[in-house]
Amino acid sequence: MSAFLDSQAAQQGQLKPSAFPSVQAWRAQALAQALRVGFPHNKLERWKYAPLRPLAVKSFHAGTTDTGTDSAIDTTLLPPAPRIVFVNGRFSAEHTQLNDLPGLQVQSLAEALAGDDERRLNFLGRQFSDTEAPFASLNTALAEQGALIDIAEQAVIEVPLHLVFISQGAPDGSRYLRHKLDCHTGSQLTLIEHHISQDGDAGLCNQLMHIHLGMQARLKHIRIQRLAAPCIGFSRNDAVLSSDASYQRMDIETGGHLSRHELNLSLQGERAHIQSGGVLWATGSSTFDTRLSVRHQAPNAGCKLTWRGLADDKARVNFYGGILIEQGADGADAALSNKNLLLGPQAQVNTQPALEIYADEVKAAHGATVGQLDDAALFYLRSRGLPKAQAEKLLSQAFYAEAFEGIADTALLDALHPYLPAILHREQEGLT
Amino acid sequence: MLEIKNLHATVHGKEILKGFTLSLEAGKVHAIMGPNGAGKSTLGYVLSGREGYEVTSGEILFNGQDIAGLAPEERAALGIFLAFQYPVEIPGVNNTYFLRTALNAQRKARGEDELDSMAFLKLVRQKLSILDLKDELLHRAVNSGFSGGEKKRNEIFQLALLEPKLAILDETDSGLDIDALKAVAEGVNAMRSPDRAFLVITHYQRLLDYITPDIVHVMVQGRIIASGGPELALQLEREGYASIAAAAH
Repeated sequence: MSAFLDSQAAQQGQLKPSAFPSVQAWRAQALAQALRVGFPHNKLERWKYAPLRPLAVKSFHAGTTDTGTDSAIDTTLLPPAPRIVFVNGRFSAEHTQLNDLPGLQVQSLAEALAGDDERRLNFLGRQFSDTEAPFASLNTALAEQGALIDIAEQAVIEVPLHLVFISQGAPDGSRYLRHKLDCHTGSQLTLIEHHISQDGDAGLCNQLMHIHLGMQARLKHIRIQRLAAPCIGFSRNDAVLSSDASYQRMDIETGGHLSRHELNLSLQGERAHIQSGGVLWATGSSTFDTRLSVRHQAPNAGCKLTWRGLADDKARVNFYGGILIEQGADGADAALSNKNLLLGPQAQVNTQPALEIYADEVKAAHGATVGQLDDAALFYLRSRGLPKAQAEKLLSQAFYAEAFEGIADTALLDALHPYLPAILHREQEGLT
Repeated sequence: MLEIKNLHATVHGKEILKGFTLSLEAGKVHAIMGPNGAGKSTLGYVLSGREGYEVTSGEILFNGQDIAGLAPEERAALGIFLAFQYPVEIPGVNNTYFLRTALNAQRKARGEDELDSMAFLKLVRQKLSILDLKDELLHRAVNSGFSGGEKKRNEIFQLALLEPKLAILDETDSGLDIDALKAVAEGVNAMRSPDRAFLVITHYQRLLDYITPDIVHVMVQGRIIASGGPELALQLEREGYASIAAAAH
């Protein structure tokens, strides 16, 4: 047994029992599955390069503190409305501002659990395979916080909606959040997700989001993870796209001790398209462990995945990019590019692109590289007067800029600027 | 301005400069000519401080200061500029931004005020007129996709903008057609001044038709074996390096 799992199992007793028997049953089943499967280890392919051992023997208490702490949050860190804010893992009515946008409906999971519409909670019944356990199962077993976001049919939300998770020091606390985003037929939304630490934030956060894009829906989704160095994050995003839906997603990670991100994208409808960009910039002794999995399940769908990893100091960036083109998903157009920079002599990068094709007339390309900053370019910049650190930063920024292309235009980058981690701060004009 | 005394330098452990000595005064243009493998480009890199190019003995004095231990950016701030034989393409970094950052980094290192974008743009326009350089190149990534001629013009444009005290031109003529060569030479000539020195490294005499040197040095196997006036370049062109090298022995 693992001290970690034991400590999490003990938390289930502290949950407010749900009035819905199905929810109670799902929670119990999920916990049983997590305990049966046990804590993962490095012999499992999916967990090969993640530093799991220190975590397995560590206990975490329930870290979701009550709303009395909302006012202690530094509001200057918050993006403008419309925004949905979670403070220390709990929905904050005080800081959430939605501006009554037509077509946008938001409910907290806690509110839905206390409500009378059981169907709203069906997504909690999602079954996970044993290989997906224990972290996804633990989420089902323990999450009573989260956001349920609905964008009505044909609704076009013109301004970006911010989804903010801000936390303060909760050493050895663990938080579970479960979200659902439904973009109904023909709707359009830009969602910007912020994971922010304030004053010595520590602890573990496990988040799972279900995303559904209806026919012709368009979603632009930026996720900015800039947690404090001691934090541990398990993040999973499952998106399903209907016909002609378009999902543009940008993941930016610069913080945390261990940040595991599983991104599962299903192209279920014809001509659905995904563009996914990522910048993983790990420093100190961080490990970023990203597992990207795209399934082409319908004809003429496309995915363009452009991920860049930068590992400095003793940091580690692990990337797995899997594309599965199922039988019948003919005419697929899939491209995966993963390039990585080693910036420190003890830094480590592991990258594995994987392509499985069972369809006809498929266009598929993938490539992965690991390299260092170009000495010649570095010398060229320095010979013109740029100090070494500035030259390295400029070259690093030029290196990852490609991941933003086509997803974040100048206007969006300008808007994001105050909320980007300092390491990514740049003169926008400096990059082509 | 520049005093190089019995300089020995290695590249990745291999000795390339073997007792190189040169004295270059402000206002003068010296040409370094030599066959392939003589160590001409190494000299340029050693003077500008490239990593991996190590001075094992001898001195490099720039206005009396020993610069052998300085970083490339420190030498740049002192006023040393190397126009590259092969200017490096840097995709993703905007040329204008690069130039402004470089200029301001140098100004900051020298304790001068940094230029704001308006003042910088004014300076750029003024310097652009010196060279036949399309300002479209300024909006692209540094040297990225530039033709050979455009890259070299961009080097000379940087020279004009950064206004160094010592400009080292490393085979700036290589890969240029005659029009580009003239344009580049005109740019260099416009920059000649009593307080600026040039070290023009070249393989062929051709460039020296347009940039008239005060002194021509012949470099073979890591050191200077002969020096003379501009006529030495013509002699080299006629007789080749072998005969000069033989005469020097």
